[in-house]
Amino acid sequence: MSTAPATTAVGKAAQFTESRVGASKMVKEFGRKIFPSHWSFMLGEVALYTFIILILTGTFLTFWFKPAMGELHYEGPYIPLKGVEMSEAYASTLAISFEIRGGLFIRQMHHWAALLFMAAVSIHALRIFFTGAFRRPREINWLIGIALIALGMGAGFTGYSLPDDLLSGNGLRIIDGLLKGIPLVGTYVSFFLFGGEFPGIDIVSRLYSLHIMIVPALLIAAIGVHLMFVVIHKHTQWPGAGHTEKNVVGEPVLPTFAAKGGGFFFMIFGLLALISGFFTINPVWNYGPYDPSPVSAGTQPDWYIGWMDGFLRIIPGWTEFYIFGWPISFNIFSALLIAALLFGAMAAWPFVEAWVTKDHREHHILDRPRNNPTRTAFGMAAVVWYAVMWAAASGDLMAVFFHMSLNDMIYIFRFLFFAGPIIAYIVTKRICLGLQRKDREIILHGYESGEIIRLPHGEYQERHKVHTDHEVWALSSFESPEYVPAEPDPDGKISKWERRRAAISKFFYEDRVAPVTKDELDAAHHDHGDHGVDAGSHSGGELPRGH
Amino acid sequence: MTSKQHTAEHGSQLEQVNGFTNPGIPEHKPRVTDSSPAAERMAERQIAGWFILSMIGTLWFIVSYFLFPIEDGSMGSIRLQNAMLGLGATLALFSIGVGIVLWAKTLITDVEVVESRHDIAGSEEDQAIALEIINQAKEESGIARRPLLRNTLIAAVAIAPLPALLVFRDLGPLPGDSLFKTLWGPGVRLVQDPGMVPHEDRYIRAEDVTIGSAFHVIPEKMYESEHPLNEKAKAAVLLMRIDPQELNTDPAKEDWGVDGIVAYSKICTHVGCPVALYEHQTHHLLCPCHQSTFDVTNHCAVIFGPAKRPLPQLPIAVDDEGYLVAQRDFVDPVGPTFWEINTRETSEQ
Repeated sequence: MSTAPATTAVGKAAQFTESRVGASKMVKEFGRKIFPSHWSFMLGEVALYTFIILILTGTFLTFWFKPAMGELHYEGPYIPLKGVEMSEAYASTLAISFEIRGGLFIRQMHHWAALLFMAAVSIHALRIFFTGAFRRPREINWLIGIALIALGMGAGFTGYSLPDDLLSGNGLRIIDGLLKGIPLVGTYVSFFLFGGEFPGIDIVSRLYSLHIMIVPALLIAAIGVHLMFVVIHKHTQWPGAGHTEKNVVGEPVLPTFAAKGGGFFFMIFGLLALISGFFTINPVWNYGPYDPSPVSAGTQPDWYIGWMDGFLRIIPGWTEFYIFGWPISFNIFSALLIAALLFGAMAAWPFVEAWVTKDHREHHILDRPRNNPTRTAFGMAAVVWYAVMWAAASGDLMAVFFHMSLNDMIYIFRFLFFAGPIIAYIVTKRICLGLQRKDREIILHGYESGEIIRLPHGEYQERHKVHTDHEVWALSSFESPEYVPAEPDPDGKISKWERRRAAISKFFYEDRVAPVTKDELDAAHHDHGDHGVDAGSHSGGELPRGH
Repeated sequence: MTSKQHTAEHGSQLEQVNGFTNPGIPEHKPRVTDSSPAAERMAERQIAGWFILSMIGTLWFIVSYFLFPIEDGSMGSIRLQNAMLGLGATLALFSIGVGIVLWAKTLITDVEVVESRHDIAGSEEDQAIALEIINQAKEESGIARRPLLRNTLIAAVAIAPLPALLVFRDLGPLPGDSLFKTLWGPGVRLVQDPGMVPHEDRYIRAEDVTIGSAFHVIPEKMYESEHPLNEKAKAAVLLMRIDPQELNTDPAKEDWGVDGIVAYSKICTHVGCPVALYEHQTHHLLCPCHQSTFDVTNHCAVIFGPAKRPLPQLPIAVDDEGYLVAQRDFVDPVGPTFWEINTRETSEQ
């Protein structure tokens, strides 16, 4: 740097840093980066901030937690467990809760933050899906996001299994059974994980190194790449006046976005402090130490594992069968298959959609979910499918609550497992098409002004007014995917796969509401008088429909 | 077609879509704080107020740490301390957040800024330079010209991780026949599961097991074994007495019970949860984890839910002193189905 020597202390410090770090280049690069402002873009931020809180609170817990399964007799202050034989892991969890001042608070904040992290990650993924933000150039980041969800589930499971209490021990028992049910290698996998027979004396220390080292390291690496891609691609933006595929409109990092983001971090942190101060989570002292024999009714895993547990409840026993005496236990290991199916479908979607639509262009303007009814319908079908399995994990509690037979409850979930997604698909698609028609009506016929006018022949009408160009643009400036018929390759042949693609394309985009065009709008205005008085809208004229 | 042409085309489309022309960013509307100095001062005071509230929260956290100590054995004191620390932390953190966001929303300019996007792919020139560098590296290293070096290197690197895998071999012993064996055997007495605080074995007399009652049972001397929990995870048993009239007995297992007293593995054949819920009226056993239901009157056959195999029955008898004992180990393997389940008969004892 060839600037004049600094005189103030701050100036000197800045110069010291600059000449060693080159910070000015970073400030220049990132300081005025633009982030569009919208509530739906905060979901990923919630995930990031809760992750930071997880690292902070988790590190605190490691200072007292003993990841060991040696047995001891509890001599701590919690009277109901006095003299009870338990592992060091469980005893140290009790000590963190009852003997370390603020220990219970931090432990609860860690657990609540984990629950919120998974919720934020999941809803963030839904936002990305429903707005088409996974399209080129962001496909790789979408895959990283899916990996983050899976890693988050792993981090959560390895974490809540550590206290070695009755509830988490039963969770591990289920994992043990699940692994043993895998054909061919199952027993070996289980014996290698548990260091022999279940429960053994190794699992807590093994889960501990996964939980505090390996999984967080992978998470941090994946989050780093995830954010790096946001910088490389720049943020997407909603359709709106002034927004194009070639620009990004919003607030600069310094000062606005940094202030809002930083403030939001503290709000999330404060909110978690509030929840952790006043609402108990995972009271391990009520459950007692792990013992393979007792179990309480209504056991449930943390919410983000629930869907796999629910699936284990609704699959019928006849899915276990034997081939020459070798068991194929779909009633057990298909919980892993169902997870592979969901994550696999999510991973494949961007590529399938690009193949079907033949749209390989870059997209930086988001789709409003209604403007891609088929994608939105598929997404809702997946959401409902997930939710059915998730709810099934509470089937026993619901049966009690509604005074229903447990068996009927499970029959209902079995039915919904298949029917739910189909119903969701049909209903969502119809709702989207309806909303698109409503958008057309809003543009073509204006909005109800609340002004009643009386025509010369005595009829009363409400005056409709036209929207501004900005409003019209926000509602109409979208591309609506269309059925792309099979096209011959350069040799003039239509391949089998191209025919299949065309069939899927037809299924996807046969029902379609075309966006309003300028010509249509001009014609509508012309019909109804140029000043937006729309005489037709109440007499039930059929809207012009695209096809 | 390069990505440049793509975006250029696409971009121009979005300047004009469906015949409409992009009207451009709407005019900025000033906020109250932009135009009224009084409102601006008010906002400033409000924000500072939040920051002051945060400081109060921090102080409150510190005060509570000492003011609300944990008293030994008092859950109330823990709850109170937890709530007071939580209150302090909430005020300290949330108020900072609200203050900053309020600052951003009222005082920091909210004029939207436009940034152009650029091609993600490097320019053709950059790509050419990159290709040249790679080719040069290939040339200078000779990796293409010397297939012997390249191939032996690839092979060496490919097998080098094998030892790293091998050293994980001792993560666990091989299953062997451990999944076929439990602590039960001829003459092993049934004792009551002591629950959380192990005590001396309490044997069970046949007459103690009245109709309708159910005992949670483990094998005697289980707590003297090397890994009691491992043994319990396989050997836990439910003992019930049912009117022999109601029992639907398989002739091959006719002498496996004692006057209607029957013993079944408590470990679910689905994924291994304890089948802990016994319905006295229907004689059904219900697994609380995944709701597999077993019919005790019918050798614990599955009548509902995800389990497939019946709960294995433990053949029992009465010994000379009148206590219930096992006749032998389980005939069928207990717990979740596993791949090798049919590979051997359970230990003949």
